[in-house]
Amino acid sequence: MNMLTEGRPTKQDENLAVPDQGALKTHTGNRALMVDEPLIFETGSPDRSGVDLPEAPSVESRLGGLDRDEPISIPGLSEAEMVRHYTRLSRQNYAIDVGLFPLGSCTMKHNPRLNEKMARLKGFSDIHPLQPVDSVQGALGLIDELATWLKTLTGMPAVAMSPKAGAHGELCGILAIRSALEARGDAREVILVPESAHGTNPATAAFAGYKVEDIPANTDGRVDLDALKARLGPDVAGVMITNPNTCGLFEPDMKAISDAVHEAGGLVYCDGANFNAIVGRVRPGDLGIDAMHINLHKTFSTPHGGGGPGSGPVVFSQALAPFAPLPFVEKTADGHFHLVEEETAEDHHESSFGRMVAFHGQMGMFTRALTYMLSHGADGLKQVAEDAVLNANYVLRSLEDVLEAPFAKSGPCMHEALFSDNGFTNGLTTLDLAKGLIDEGYHPMTMYFPLVVHGAMLVEPTETESRAAIDQFIGALRSVAERAKAGDEMLKSAPHFAPRRRLDETQAARKPILVWQEPEEYAEAAE
Amino acid sequence: MRYLPLTPNDRQDMLATIGASSIDELFVDVPEDARLDGPIRDLPMHAGEMAVEAHMKKLAKNNSAAGDMPFFLGAGAYRHHVPASVDHIIQRGEFLTAYTPYQPEIAQGTLQTLFEFQTQVARLFGVDVANASMYDGSTACWEAIVMARRITKRGKAVLSSGLHPHYVSVAKTMARFTKDQLVSEAPTLEAATDGADLLEQIDDDTSCVVVQYPDILGRIGDMSALAEKAHSHKALLIAVVTEPVALGAIKSPGQMGADIVVGEGQSLGVGLQFGGPYVGLFGCKQKYVRQMPGRLCGETVDSEGKRGFVLTLSTREQHIRREKATSNICTNSGLCALAFTAHMTLLGEKGLRELAMLNHKKAVATADRLASIQGVSLLNESFFNEFTLVLDKDTRPIVRKLADQKILAGVSLGRLYPEEGTLAHGLIVAVTETSSDEDVEALAIALEGELA
Repeated sequence: MNMLTEGRPTKQDENLAVPDQGALKTHTGNRALMVDEPLIFETGSPDRSGVDLPEAPSVESRLGGLDRDEPISIPGLSEAEMVRHYTRLSRQNYAIDVGLFPLGSCTMKHNPRLNEKMARLKGFSDIHPLQPVDSVQGALGLIDELATWLKTLTGMPAVAMSPKAGAHGELCGILAIRSALEARGDAREVILVPESAHGTNPATAAFAGYKVEDIPANTDGRVDLDALKARLGPDVAGVMITNPNTCGLFEPDMKAISDAVHEAGGLVYCDGANFNAIVGRVRPGDLGIDAMHINLHKTFSTPHGGGGPGSGPVVFSQALAPFAPLPFVEKTADGHFHLVEEETAEDHHESSFGRMVAFHGQMGMFTRALTYMLSHGADGLKQVAEDAVLNANYVLRSLEDVLEAPFAKSGPCMHEALFSDNGFTNGLTTLDLAKGLIDEGYHPMTMYFPLVVHGAMLVEPTETESRAAIDQFIGALRSVAERAKAGDEMLKSAPHFAPRRRLDETQAARKPILVWQEPEEYAEAAE
Repeated sequence: MRYLPLTPNDRQDMLATIGASSIDELFVDVPEDARLDGPIRDLPMHAGEMAVEAHMKKLAKNNSAAGDMPFFLGAGAYRHHVPASVDHIIQRGEFLTAYTPYQPEIAQGTLQTLFEFQTQVARLFGVDVANASMYDGSTACWEAIVMARRITKRGKAVLSSGLHPHYVSVAKTMARFTKDQLVSEAPTLEAATDGADLLEQIDDDTSCVVVQYPDILGRIGDMSALAEKAHSHKALLIAVVTEPVALGAIKSPGQMGADIVVGEGQSLGVGLQFGGPYVGLFGCKQKYVRQMPGRLCGETVDSEGKRGFVLTLSTREQHIRREKATSNICTNSGLCALAFTAHMTLLGEKGLRELAMLNHKKAVATADRLASIQGVSLLNESFFNEFTLVLDKDTRPIVRKLADQKILAGVSLGRLYPEEGTLAHGLIVAVTETSSDEDVEALAIALEGELA
């Protein structure tokens, strides 16, 4: 880049020759704020530490002769080094705090900081899961209050709070369905899953011991009701439907689907990953479903944390409520909160299918989600759904002239807009477009999902983006899409400006290196 | 509405661009009878920060925080000091508000920390590899049993009576549906672990033997003979570690021959949080890596030859394999794994060993003080930072009564094993670096009062 010696630039002078950045080498290999960070195994040492501990009492140890006599070989850093290590690494991450994060089906909305502050109140963060219940009445009260919000928002009579994430919630729902069927002596073996479903759906059904069969989508991107009805029968335990579905569309036949499944003796699981589109506007309970998980880390703004923790409470219909897992909270007539667990369950919860996790679920996520709900209220949550849907439709209609939107003609979308790679030339793919978007300063949309659309791109802007932010994103995506259609060769090697160029995933999988090895071991492995 | 940037004018303009006359037109696919006519009733309307904070503080105050009183609970969740820098790091927005690192070029921060985490966990456990985390220890334990079934193609798992009863419950819940056979019993109040009994149980139908180390009563036993016996029957040894700090003082399970080691990582960096979110640890021998559940981060290079990290071996996972995946897990415990690894980096081997010995020696001193009380005896001959006391009466009412006096005394075995009358006199007491001499004395005096 040219050195500016006169005043501030307002616009890049296109007449100035820009030297090839690749030719500029720095001594360190770093580029200003783009700084590489070594591994702790390369900078730390096992005899360095960033903590100061008091002297241990002088007593004989009582380890039964099992003292750890071999080296552990975990390096330490001083606090100064440790803070810098992780701070530098953090700067190589894209995040919602950095920019719009249009990852379809993941609902990357702003994570309010009040949530973080509340989760750190010592009355929530510093209590043990096995404290006597009288000493944790506030925590049990919070769980009960959050449960009330979830039941009211979904129009469902019961909720299991302990599932640890969405897929774990799915498991909870499917186990309840299986328990209910077994309780009536009905051993059904098949769960039906639409081909557009999240991969967790079939994996969950299989993990719970079910056979999985696909149900096809129709040309509108919805469940094919006739095909579903034709497959129902005495061997079908239930269906797992995502609504709004993974094409970003509401299933208008949801009630008819539920009725048909019930008539055939099955039960209906709804994947609630996309609840953000309808929260406060539609209650899933009015659509005849029997179980639905709610990702608190999507709709209710608890942070994704680079891949969790999530939280996946499951709401239940009257038919499934008796089978809900332990433990759970009950409010007694005098306002006291009672914990139903192994010690206290025998008399009136004998049909519970049992325990799914060691303790009570994701308390740290409950505090954040309740804080979010109280902040928005019933009116604000309705506005959340409306703005999420408005933003997605705005993206859809602003880009459908340049990117094929396979289902756009059938009407509005919900909270996410789906495009295909139809029209890309020169062998360019959705992956290339996504990497081009990285160079524009964005995290790409969800790619190649759902599977029912070729080269799928699923864009979910969420409600926490301003119009200006969305307009800028639309401009960037339009530009990259036009390049993909024009066959711009440079997209094939994108990203050009990220901390790393395209990474070799094939090599990573062929010869997996999953832990750090001393350099000599690397050398040996290479021979 | 402070989190929603659109103004009424924005909304009107955007509807015009879309070609809709009102927001309701965008919800046209919702059947009319399922449309709500206004905000959902029976819930409050929106509120400002101050009002929300006041409400939450009121709930928080109605709990006895561990730091405000003598505190000795463990049994799968431990109170350790979390250094200030650890909580600072996990609150950096670039970590806190990132997604699963599916776009590795702009997620090297998360990926490199996961690679470091995997290496730390593998070294701590004494195994070759570890994954990028599970939900918690109890679910990791079940996943290990499922993995052993896949490897051995056998359906009988032998569970040690020293395995945390909640972990046993989780396994039993799942096994009922998957038709796995579980052999398990409640523990007995003896000083030795049940290692000798377990040896008898392993046969040619056994997929794995699952042993907690230290066990639920705080006992530690050498697992080498179990590993040997299991291997002679082509079965696996699964070790379960609910207190990872212990491995700064005692031999790693891997060194004793464990094939899969799982654990609860909450002790490092995460805090008590009433049971969650926690972080499941999962490691194993190299030869079983393709049977592991969950995400794995691996090293590779970019197109310029620079080292970088990616999620790898994803053909095991649900988003590729669907119903044939090794597990249904998707979101795991990324931010808690970051807290764990940041805390571990701050400790280093030296700090970890010091922390472990501090825990252990405080526990030894505490055990002797409490065992000197009339009506109290110490069950364990050896232990790490947790031991079992046997009192001359049911410990449940005592624990509740002491809690009312603002002393959180420990976990009564009666609560964990309500059906085992013989265990009702047991009390599990955990001692960490956060327990002061004054706390110990307060507990001792209160117990003396109850037993007098």
